[in-house]
Amino acid sequence: MPPAALSPVAPRFVVVVDAAHGGSDEGARLGKGVLEKNLTLMLAERLRVLLQRQGIAVVMTRNGDVDLPSLNRAEIANHAHAGACLVMHATATGSGVHLFTSSILPADRPQILPWESAQAAYVTDSLKLESEFDAALVHAEIPVTMGRASVEPMDNLACPTVAVELAPLVPGNATAGRAITDERYQSTVEGAVAAAIGSWRADWREQ
Amino acid sequence: MISRVHKVLFGVLLLACVAMAAVLIRLRNRAEDRLQEQAGGAPAMDVTAGAPPSQVTLYVPNDLDDSLVAVHESLALPENPSAEAQELLTNLVAAFRAPGSTHPINVANGVNEVYLMPVPKAAGEAANPGQLAVVDLSAALASAQPSGIEPETLTLLSMMATLHANIPSITEVHFLVDGQPRATLAGHADLTRTYLASEANPTPNPEAAEGAQ
Repeated sequence: MPPAALSPVAPRFVVVVDAAHGGSDEGARLGKGVLEKNLTLMLAERLRVLLQRQGIAVVMTRNGDVDLPSLNRAEIANHAHAGACLVMHATATGSGVHLFTSSILPADRPQILPWESAQAAYVTDSLKLESEFDAALVHAEIPVTMGRASVEPMDNLACPTVAVELAPLVPGNATAGRAITDERYQSTVEGAVAAAIGSWRADWREQ
Repeated sequence: MISRVHKVLFGVLLLACVAMAAVLIRLRNRAEDRLQEQAGGAPAMDVTAGAPPSQVTLYVPNDLDDSLVAVHESLALPENPSAEAQELLTNLVAAFRAPGSTHPINVANGVNEVYLMPVPKAAGEAANPGQLAVVDLSAALASAQPSGIEPETLTLLSMMATLHANIPSITEVHFLVDGQPRATLAGHADLTRTYLASEANPTPNPEAAEGAQ
């Protein structure tokens, strides 16, 4: 009997969520005893739940309070062949959500990606992903700033990558003040980010 | 019995040791005086006597909207380019700690030194690639720096923008802390790489303030 024809396997859309810091690396001190490493892990885990409800596969770089060098984070992310990589941070400075893409200069995708500048081949897509987040957050009435930054392990990631940095909500003309630990505020941000990733997945499938 | 020759030789060597010790102590005191002069922020010896103040632009960060605000001031600048660069950044850091600052960092001395060196020219490159500024930040600044991608990146970008705006030959910037390489400024912004001054790219602000002279 002739062998059965192999049906093509559809590529799986995977999102990598990196909760920054961990273990001896506490990150920023956010006031009232809150450490950035714990807040990023909590945000990452809740985001994972939201994404899995949409049927999106999620790979977390860490699931606990552990020391994890940026080299290992990038290895985990690159091994997952992710359609989107999120690096979660938090700060006590500024207001709303700060979105960052790598400041590395974009370059054509070579056959073999150099480790130090792997992100160069994905910067254009990272900027598009950043725009998705911006649109979703603005829709949720969360103030957003966008910029470029040089933060590990972004330059080593071979996937569209955005650093999402949560800051407290400073009271403004149209916004009430919210502490960075405000669960409703956090939930609004997570929902917007999850919705943006859902939209990004739809575009990814079309490609 | 110790011979007379050996006694004389021992005496001569002892005298030589005492003399060397005196010379070394004198040299150490001179070096200390020089360091204290520099720590006192006194490049006054480099400022050209009677020279008119120069119009400079300091790019002061705004944490709320992640922007760099151009602030124009008149400053008496040293002739020495390295000292000039240090004076610019010293005044920038002073803006950080000013009352009502939009990027508060409370530190008295933020910049130890700025070293300038030519950027090596690549093979076949016709244009002058400019200068690399190695900015030696103080540990006090790194400690006082609020931790976060945005505040740290803004600090670095404001320094890069200020240097490049006033000394256009500075095209690359590298940061140290107390003379040593360091992974990040305060846990986030990468200090291991050399930045291109053009990365700062501040947006022109029509509401640029005039600083006090």
